[in-house]
Amino acid sequence: MKKPVFMKGNEAVIEGAIAAGCKAVLGYPITPSTEGLEYAVKRMRQIGGIAKQMESEAAVSHALYGAGAVGIRAMTITSGPGFNWMHDAVDYMATSEVPTNIIDIMRGGPALGNIAPSQSDVRSAKGGANGDYRTIILAPSSVQNLADFTFLAFELADKWRNPVFVLGDGMLGQMKETLILPEPITELPEKPWRLSGAKNRPPNKFIPFDLNPAGLEAINKKLDRKYNQIKETEIRYEAINIKKPDILVVAFGLVARIIKSVIKEAEKENLSIGLIRPITLWPFPDEVINQAAERTNKILVVEMNMGQIVDDVRLAVNGKTPVKFYGRAGGLITTTEEITEKIKEVLNIVKGEVQR
Amino acid sequence: MAVKGMIVINEELCKGCGRCIPGCIKNLIILGRHINSHGHHPAVFYDFENNCSGCFTCATNCPDIAIEVFKDDGKEEE
Amino acid sequence: MKKVFSRPKSLTKIPFHYCAGCDHPIAHRLIAEIIDELEIRERLIAVWPIGCSVMGDKYFDLDSILASHGKAPAVATGVALGRLTNPDVLIFTYQGDGDMVSIGLGEIIHAANRGELFTAFFINNAIYAMTSGQMAPTTVVGQKTKTCPLGRDPKVHGYPIRMCELLQTLLTPAYIARVALFDAKHINKAKKAIRKAFQFQMDGKGFSFVEIISACPTNWKAKYPECREFIKEKMLPVFPLKEFKTFQIDNEGEKNV
Repeated sequence: MKKPVFMKGNEAVIEGAIAAGCKAVLGYPITPSTEGLEYAVKRMRQIGGIAKQMESEAAVSHALYGAGAVGIRAMTITSGPGFNWMHDAVDYMATSEVPTNIIDIMRGGPALGNIAPSQSDVRSAKGGANGDYRTIILAPSSVQNLADFTFLAFELADKWRNPVFVLGDGMLGQMKETLILPEPITELPEKPWRLSGAKNRPPNKFIPFDLNPAGLEAINKKLDRKYNQIKETEIRYEAINIKKPDILVVAFGLVARIIKSVIKEAEKENLSIGLIRPITLWPFPDEVINQAAERTNKILVVEMNMGQIVDDVRLAVNGKTPVKFYGRAGGLITTTEEITEKIKEVLNIVKGEVQR
Repeated sequence: MAVKGMIVINEELCKGCGRCIPGCIKNLIILGRHINSHGHHPAVFYDFENNCSGCFTCATNCPDIAIEVFKDDGKEEE
Repeated sequence: MKKVFSRPKSLTKIPFHYCAGCDHPIAHRLIAEIIDELEIRERLIAVWPIGCSVMGDKYFDLDSILASHGKAPAVATGVALGRLTNPDVLIFTYQGDGDMVSIGLGEIIHAANRGELFTAFFINNAIYAMTSGQMAPTTVVGQKTKTCPLGRDPKVHGYPIRMCELLQTLLTPAYIARVALFDAKHINKAKKAIRKAFQFQMDGKGFSFVEIISACPTNWKAKYPECREFIKEKMLPVFPLKEFKTFQIDNEGEKNV
C-alpha cells in the first residue's frame, strides 16, 4: 500500500500527470489554478521535463497542439477565462486527432467573474468552437480524483487521439486532502502517426482543412464514428440508492460530494435520496439516468451554475419524470441545508410527510 | 569554344508570367501566341544561333519550375 | 549535356496553385533547395499558416502541421518539445503578413523573445492575398487595397509595421534578415540567407528569421514588371534589405552585411 500524501488539488493534478508520463506542462497564471503551473515548474525540473510559462492561453493551447502532434504527453491547468482562449486550438486538435489534456479549475463566471469556485464551464468544455467536434470531459469530486482523473485523461487522450478535459473547481483546486498517488506508468504507447521528421516513411501530416466538401464530410463522419465508439465504451458514473428513491438527484464534481452528506442526513428523517453522479460529462450517462427516472417521482439537478448538465438530464429523462433544478452561481457553494430544503420543497414535504 | 546551353520549358507548368524574359541577357525567350490547357501563354525558347550559355537565370526567376536547364559538359549526348 | 537546373528533390511533383508571377513558389523552391543541399529533409517538421500558402504542405515531402491563423510560432514552440524524444528535429514556420503581423503578432514576438529553436519565414507582400486584397499591417502608405481604397493613410491606419526592425529590439533572436526575390541576383542572396538561417538552427544558436519581400500580381492588380517596380520604389525604402545586427552576432564579433 503506497504511502498517502497530503497536498493541494492543483498540485495533485500535476502529480497525476507525472505518473501518466507527462513531460511538458505549459501554462499561464490564472487564479485559482496558478499553483499547478508553479508546482509543475519545480517538479518538471526534477524529472527532466519542461514547464513553460507562455504569453497567453491562446499560445499555450496552440503549443499543446504542436506538442500533441509530436507525440509528447503535455498539458495545461487553467481556469474559465483562460479556458475560453483555448477552444480554437482544441478545435484543431479534435479535427486532426491530436491528443491533449486541459484541466480547468472552474471559477465564478461569466467573463472575469470572480475567483470563487463554480461549475459553469460545462457548455464551454463541450465545444466552444466551430464545427461538430466532441471532447471527453471528466468531473472530479476530490483531490484524489484530481490526481486519478488527470492520469486517466492522458490515457483516454492517447487511446482516442482526442482532447480530454478535467473540470475541477476552485474549491477542489485549492483545498488540501490526503491522497494516494497513481502508480507511475512504465511504458508509453507507440505513436507512429506523430511528427518526427519523415525518415524512412511517408510524411505525417496534421491538416484540419479540406476545400472539397465531400472530403470534409468524410472527415466529419470519421470523427463521428469515433465519438460513437467513445459513447459506447467510456461512460463513467457513480450511482447511490437508485433502486427506488423518493427523489433522484443528479450532480457532479464538488456538488456530488455535498449531496452524499445530504443523503446521510436525510436518512435520519426517513427520506430516501438517490444520486447519480456523472463522472464523464461527455459522454453523458444518459442510459442509467433514463432507467433510474422510471423508479422515482422527481428528479432534482443540483449544480454550481445557472443550469448546464440539467439540459443533458432532461434529454436523458425524455419526459418520463419531472426534472427540477437548483443552483447557485457567482462562486457560491450549494450548502447541505439549502439542498435539503429544496429537496423537501420539490417533494412537497408538509409536516414531515412526503406527498407521494 | 563557347559553352553551349539549352533550356526546356514545360508549357503546361508555365503560367506566362514572363519573369524569365528580362533575366535572359541573350534575349532567347518570348511569350508564345498559343495557349496551354490552362489558358496561359507559355514562354518559348528560340536559340537558332546557339547563344544560350546555360546560366539558368531564367530558371532561377521561374516561380513554377517550368524550366530545366542543360549545359554542354563535353560528353556525348545520350 | 548535363542538367544544371531542375526541381529540388524535397518538393513534390504537384504543380503550384499560386498565381502567375507569385513569389511564394520561388520561396518554396529556395527552401527546398537548401533542404536538399543540407540533407535535412528527414529531420524537418514544417508549420504552415492560413493564407495563400495554407496548402504549402502538399508541395513538400515533409512532416507538416497546419497552424491556426497567426499561431504558427506557438505551434512551433510545442513542436520543439518533440526534441525531448527526438533531439534531431528541425523546424520551420512559414507565414504571410496577415498571419504573422496582424493576428499573430503576439506569438511571433514571444517565440522570438524566448529564443525558441526554429526558423521563421515571413512572406511580406503588403496585402492580404488569400482573402482577395485587403490591407495588411505591412501595406505601405498610399497603397490602395479593398479596405483602404483611397490608399493607406497614416492618420487613419498608422504606418506599416516592420518586423525585422521590431524583432531587432529583442535581445534574444540569433539571426534576422530581410531579402527579396525580384531578380536572379536577389534570389541568390535570399537563398544564402535561408541557408544561414537553417544553419543557425542546426548549430543550436537560436531563433532565426527571414523576411522575404514578395509580389502579389493578382491583388496588386499589375503584371510582374510593374510589381518589380513597386517593390523597388515603394517597398524597399520602407523595408530595407539587409542582415540585421543581433545581440548574438555582435557578441561573437561576426560581421554584418
